[in-house]
Amino acid sequence: MSRVFRWAATAAGVLLLVVLAAVAVFLLIRGWAAITASDATLQSEGNLPPGAHNLAGYIGPLIFGTLIAAALALVMATPVAVGIALFVSHYAPRRVAGAVGFVIDLLAAIPSVVFGLWGAQILAPRIAPLWQWVADVLSVIPGVTVRATATGRSMATTALVLAIMILPIITAVSREVFKQTPHLHQEAALALGATRWEVIRMAVLPFGRSGVVSAAMLGLGRALGETMAVLMVLSTSSGTGYSFQIFDSGVLQTIAANIAAKFPDSSGLAVNTLIATGLALFVITMAVNMLARWIVSRRNEFSGAN
Amino acid sequence: MGNIVKRTHAVGAAVLAGLTALALAACGSDNNNATAGSGSSATSGSGATSAGPAISGTFSGAGSSAQQQAMQAWIAAEQQKNSGLTINYDPAGSGAGRQQFLAGGVAWAGSDAAMSADELTQSQKVCGPDGAWDIPVYVSPIAVAYNLKGVSSLNLAPATVAKIFTGAITTWNDPAIAADNPGVTLPSTKITPVHRSDKSGTTNNFTDYLNKAAGDVWTNAKADAWPLNGGDSAQGTSGVAGVLSSTDGAVAYIDDSGVPQGINVAALKVGSAWNKPSADGASAVVNASPLASGRPANDIVVSIDRKASASGDYPLLMVSYAIACSSYSDSAKGNFVKSFLGYVVSDAGQKAGAQAAGSAPLTGALAQKAAASVSAIKVG
Repeated sequence: MSRVFRWAATAAGVLLLVVLAAVAVFLLIRGWAAITASDATLQSEGNLPPGAHNLAGYIGPLIFGTLIAAALALVMATPVAVGIALFVSHYAPRRVAGAVGFVIDLLAAIPSVVFGLWGAQILAPRIAPLWQWVADVLSVIPGVTVRATATGRSMATTALVLAIMILPIITAVSREVFKQTPHLHQEAALALGATRWEVIRMAVLPFGRSGVVSAAMLGLGRALGETMAVLMVLSTSSGTGYSFQIFDSGVLQTIAANIAAKFPDSSGLAVNTLIATGLALFVITMAVNMLARWIVSRRNEFSGAN
Repeated sequence: MGNIVKRTHAVGAAVLAGLTALALAACGSDNNNATAGSGSSATSGSGATSAGPAISGTFSGAGSSAQQQAMQAWIAAEQQKNSGLTINYDPAGSGAGRQQFLAGGVAWAGSDAAMSADELTQSQKVCGPDGAWDIPVYVSPIAVAYNLKGVSSLNLAPATVAKIFTGAITTWNDPAIAADNPGVTLPSTKITPVHRSDKSGTTNNFTDYLNKAAGDVWTNAKADAWPLNGGDSAQGTSGVAGVLSSTDGAVAYIDDSGVPQGINVAALKVGSAWNKPSADGASAVVNASPLASGRPANDIVVSIDRKASASGDYPLLMVSYAIACSSYSDSAKGNFVKSFLGYVVSDAGQKAGAQAAGSAPLTGALAQKAAASVSAIKVG
């Protein structure tokens, strides 16, 4: 029995690699036609948006939009997530901590289409005046013009929705890491006369840093690939171009949402082109995960992976 | 001890079960399309165009999402007539529908655009030497709808619409809009034009209208995908409707049946009159429009006259087609398509569609041509 189980477990592990390889091979094979096609063919059959003259001109702005969305979401979500995690692990009375943890886990179970609906119909129209105000304030800086859309369907709103979506995973992982801080360290700090805040600053945070980083990377992975919420909340860019106008509409687009929006009405080389953008997303996500692994493994005293 | 062994056993079994399921899933991949849609029953009908009671089996179509509401009514009626019949329609989009049809995956396709010359040639592969035909089944006016506090009636000339959507006009009290609306107090609200973010027959017809009726302002050719950069957009008719409802100052083109409650519709300048979208106005324009030239007999494609100017005309409209083979070698499938499309283009079918979707029924010569085209489909 033990041998059977060992082989079953090994097979499960190998299968994971096979599936990953199969996805990579699929993306390469189906995307190859678009990667190798001449610029002229791409323009006539690849369904490139106005302004894009080759594959790089198409994928580049999409990668840019994807990274901006994920980075903004991460910047908004991580501090809040760390705060919640510290509250649960070190400040809250046990019963409250349990309740907060439960609510956070519940947040993770809400499907992204619900977040999308909420973001598009409730959040966007209500937050539009705030973004307009922020844009007006920023525009006071000489030489800077910040535009804002009246619908609120901008990258800022999208990133906010994404931030709420990745909050649970970052919180959950950070909380577990903070809870594992050795009691001896904390008690030693307290014995030296440290306040609760100083204990957290000198014992808990340094211990948990790599764990928080890997938690953030997990969240980043989800934000990079999120499709439905972006599709429903963001007024997407129909063309190309790099822009930092995160309060304006129609200037940015993410890879995953672009595939979902364009795929139903694409055929032939246009499908290959979309799959090539999917390959780019695959590579980015893999790079992000490898970066996270590297950061975690640099600090051997604690690794989020074990 | 016994407990632990038992538990390990259970875990092992679970892992094995999971592996088996994954392996099975991996084996059954790839050609989903090819199996869908072929008729599963050997029973065949008499070949009459309608009311033949002997149609049975399961058949699939795919394509235009604009046709979906009308299609549901048509399918319900046809299935009620034939108890052994199941019809599936996948509103995957016009392009996807044509693609599946050309691959032989579905019995017929719904499409907001007629087949291109290239697709006509391709269709000979699945349909034989005479290829496939476009048959008009669904005509619907497209509204220019707006959300503007305090303004319940608005006139817009085609050139003004074009200027709004290109961004040349940015506020509602612009002189160009004021010139179309003498006596109306317009607020200084910012204009937020909203377009479709997905490819769409609605966009195609709207851009075609702007290109032909306001060619000096709108220079882009018609296209399924919105041709300009920037601006607000939303996915699908319902997405656009949502943004319209929640944004003061928003304006959008939208299928007339999809205009949300509480949202007003602009009257467009037609000739020297101002007309709001109406089924009758759309029907009148379609009936007066010539058929596209250079296409095979029985391939009925309307070349919509965007500059129609008779009284009551409303030229901002969409004609959506059913694409079917000129001949079916599988007689069960052929009899089904003939019977079903025969009903769809009939008076009763068009009325049912109009009731369900607020579309404009096919009438007059065009209805006759569509019916003739359906009855010319060869079976067997």
